[in-house]
Amino acid sequence: MNMKWITLIIMAFLSGPVWAGEARPLADDPAAEARLKHLAVELRCLVCQNQTLADSNAPLAEDLRREVREMIAKNMSDQEIIEFLTARYGDFVLYRPPLKATTTLLWVGPFVLVIIGATVLIITLRRRAGKVVEVPVTEDEHRRVEQLLAEGGKRP
Amino acid sequence: MNRFLLPLSIFIVVVVFLGIGLKLNPREIPSPLVGKAAPDFSQPQLFEPTKVFSPGDMKGKVWLLNFWASWCSGCKTEHPVLMDLAKSGEVPIYGMDYKDQRDEAMTWLSRWGNPYPVVGVDDAGRVGINYGVYGVPETYVIDKQGVIRYKQIGPLDPDTVEKKIIPLVKQLEAQ
Repeated sequence: MNMKWITLIIMAFLSGPVWAGEARPLADDPAAEARLKHLAVELRCLVCQNQTLADSNAPLAEDLRREVREMIAKNMSDQEIIEFLTARYGDFVLYRPPLKATTTLLWVGPFVLVIIGATVLIITLRRRAGKVVEVPVTEDEHRRVEQLLAEGGKRP
Repeated sequence: MNRFLLPLSIFIVVVVFLGIGLKLNPREIPSPLVGKAAPDFSQPQLFEPTKVFSPGDMKGKVWLLNFWASWCSGCKTEHPVLMDLAKSGEVPIYGMDYKDQRDEAMTWLSRWGNPYPVVGVDDAGRVGINYGVYGVPETYVIDKQGVIRYKQIGPLDPDTVEKKIIPLVKQLEAQ
């Protein structure tokens, strides 16, 4: 009985590294690892384009994380690391691309669309408001309405 | 009739945009390296590991640098095209064996044929990163001054070779 427990405890300890398989921290330095995480969520994986460099398990993402770790170890600034990557992969690696001639449409586009939509809405509403004509209600119609309302009240 | 004209024209514009969007390939990311000097490297050669392959050796020549690997299926598709291009003698194609096993790469080349005069080995994928490679095969056209002139993402096909690569090589040769 005792042996069983001891084996179980030993096995539990041995299984530790197994579930730590993903995103294993290479650096012994937690500060460097935190910087890597902070940077990697801002960077796009080029293989699986809707994942960040932090989330992706693609071999290229692993290599790029290794490069970033090495640059952090070399004490390069975030700016320098991002420049290193954009020089090779373009602004595409950034989830927040800089405002440039080529990215203006990307940044301004949604606002332009909202403005167009709002203008169309306002114009349509104004036009519609102008179209509503007051229709005079005759004496006869009033009486009919009252009669109908009174009938309605009787119904269960 | 008039009230349908505006929605119809908006609909047509949206359809045209979606149509263009469908035809674009999201995998093809424009490379910022086109027009810039090809990044330097010195990597061991596949068949003679004691020798080094470096783009400096290619100064004064127009050449292609093809990133490939034995594990890559697109490279198998592309391979006959490279063989034909190498046979035509239009332009030398140098290989970079990207993140591969040396023996597997050599077996692959001896089995399917070797279009490369020299193959470099990039086992850690570092040269790939410097060239902005994010999937093999990728091919670069490099001019006499060592400037990247074109980047092909994905396999080369006979049409691209005939309409883009060869005219570009001829134009660069004439310079």
